[in-house]
Amino acid sequence: MQVVIPPQLRDYTHDEAQVEASGTTVAEMLADLDRQFPGIRFRIVDEQDRIRPHLRIFVNEEQTRTLDAHVATADRILIFGALSGG
Amino acid sequence: MTSTSRRPFRRAALARASLPQATAATGSLALLVGTRKGAFILRSNAKRREWRLAGPHFLGSNVHHIVLDPHDRRTMLCAARAGHLGPTVFRSVDMGRTWKEAAKPPAFPKAKEGEKGLAVDHVFWLTRGHPSEPSVWYAGTSPQGLFRSADGGVNWEGVGGFNAHPLRAAWCGDEQSSPPDGATLHSINIDPRDPKHLYIGMSCGGTFESSDGGSNWAPLNKGSIADFLPDPNPEYGQDVHCMRMHPLAPDRLYQQNHCGFYRMDRAEGEWVRVGMKMPKRIGDIGFPLALHPRKPDTLWVFPMDGSTVWPRVSPDGKPVAYTTRSGGKTWQRQASGLPERQGWFTVKRQAMCTDRHEPVGVYFGTTGGEIWGSLNEGGKWTCLVRHLPEIYSLEAAELG
Repeated sequence: MQVVIPPQLRDYTHDEAQVEASGTTVAEMLADLDRQFPGIRFRIVDEQDRIRPHLRIFVNEEQTRTLDAHVATADRILIFGALSGG
Repeated sequence: MTSTSRRPFRRAALARASLPQATAATGSLALLVGTRKGAFILRSNAKRREWRLAGPHFLGSNVHHIVLDPHDRRTMLCAARAGHLGPTVFRSVDMGRTWKEAAKPPAFPKAKEGEKGLAVDHVFWLTRGHPSEPSVWYAGTSPQGLFRSADGGVNWEGVGGFNAHPLRAAWCGDEQSSPPDGATLHSINIDPRDPKHLYIGMSCGGTFESSDGGSNWAPLNKGSIADFLPDPNPEYGQDVHCMRMHPLAPDRLYQQNHCGFYRMDRAEGEWVRVGMKMPKRIGDIGFPLALHPRKPDTLWVFPMDGSTVWPRVSPDGKPVAYTTRSGGKTWQRQASGLPERQGWFTVKRQAMCTDRHEPVGVYFGTTGGEIWGSLNEGGKWTCLVRHLPEIYSLEAAELG
């Protein structure tokens, strides 16, 4: 599946804005991302498997707040940094 | 061990070990600057007359602490957290030309199903381990956690004796007892005579001591007050802003606390509020303290207005450092060169330091992005750098 990487995380993907990952859940997709780009998962998800407060993950156009959400090969995953103050 | 009882102080055993040498540094110097928007390195030559700023590193990230290994003088660790992203530690072995992220940053264990686990919000404090353990570093986090790396900062493990202690939650309190920017574990001090003898400070929580490398901990707060609690003399729960052990006299501890400035001679086991000797109009509230590297009775503080709503700026808008050369029995005002009025400085707990030259250089960074230095032990202050982001931390690193 395609995963859209926000600017905040492109240091990990060698400036690639879009990468490929596999898995049947968001958790598996993130694990695959971390295999390809070590360290990226912990910047997105904390040690309790909670999506960090200022990051948002969408499966196609639907936001997910859990890593258990199912994903399919044809899905497009979008990761965004939320708006932030000064 | 679940008891919080105080164990006897092992003075005799510790006294046998050797202490570091008290020689002055003569080489070049760097000030490592952690800010709200990245890290900077301010370098000088041996004369400390010319300063050159490099950076930013990690532009846009909160850098709470950046520290050079004082022993190998090449390994540098940086605690960083971008606004959106989780916390991590970066490592450089070439003075910041290149950085590599920790393979396993500090993180609490995953909680059991149905339990609410802790998550590191940011890494707040970094301390290099004992000289006999050349690859060991310690990290303190927000919320309060203690972590250790045995491979130079690449992989981090929790110190279970603290993080999993049955009384940790009681010691550390909850969100309502935490400062607005989050509760922190900081002031990690390692006895130069014994790598297993550790002190930590917490805001909130108090001072704690371990004599077995972190497997067991005991509160060390007798004499320091907590005027924000029903019992102002609790066993733990104090708000330690900064605590330092003198490297040449490791049984001498100093503490800048929410409720005053204290000294402890460890064998006595009790904090004494020596800040009461400071002028009443100034008070003894502040965040940082910086030690003279060779004189255990000499140190510097930077007083803050801790009245009413806690403005946390220089009292009356007149920035001033105070120094004692008598372990807190007497204090001298040091304001030469600083603004005489309308100077509303705030200096955070990690943002004041000393170098090891002769005479000692004293430096502080403000939340307004200025670094001030004195090359004659506080006698005269000069602004070295302006226009940086909010300064979180300042560390002097001897290079030559």
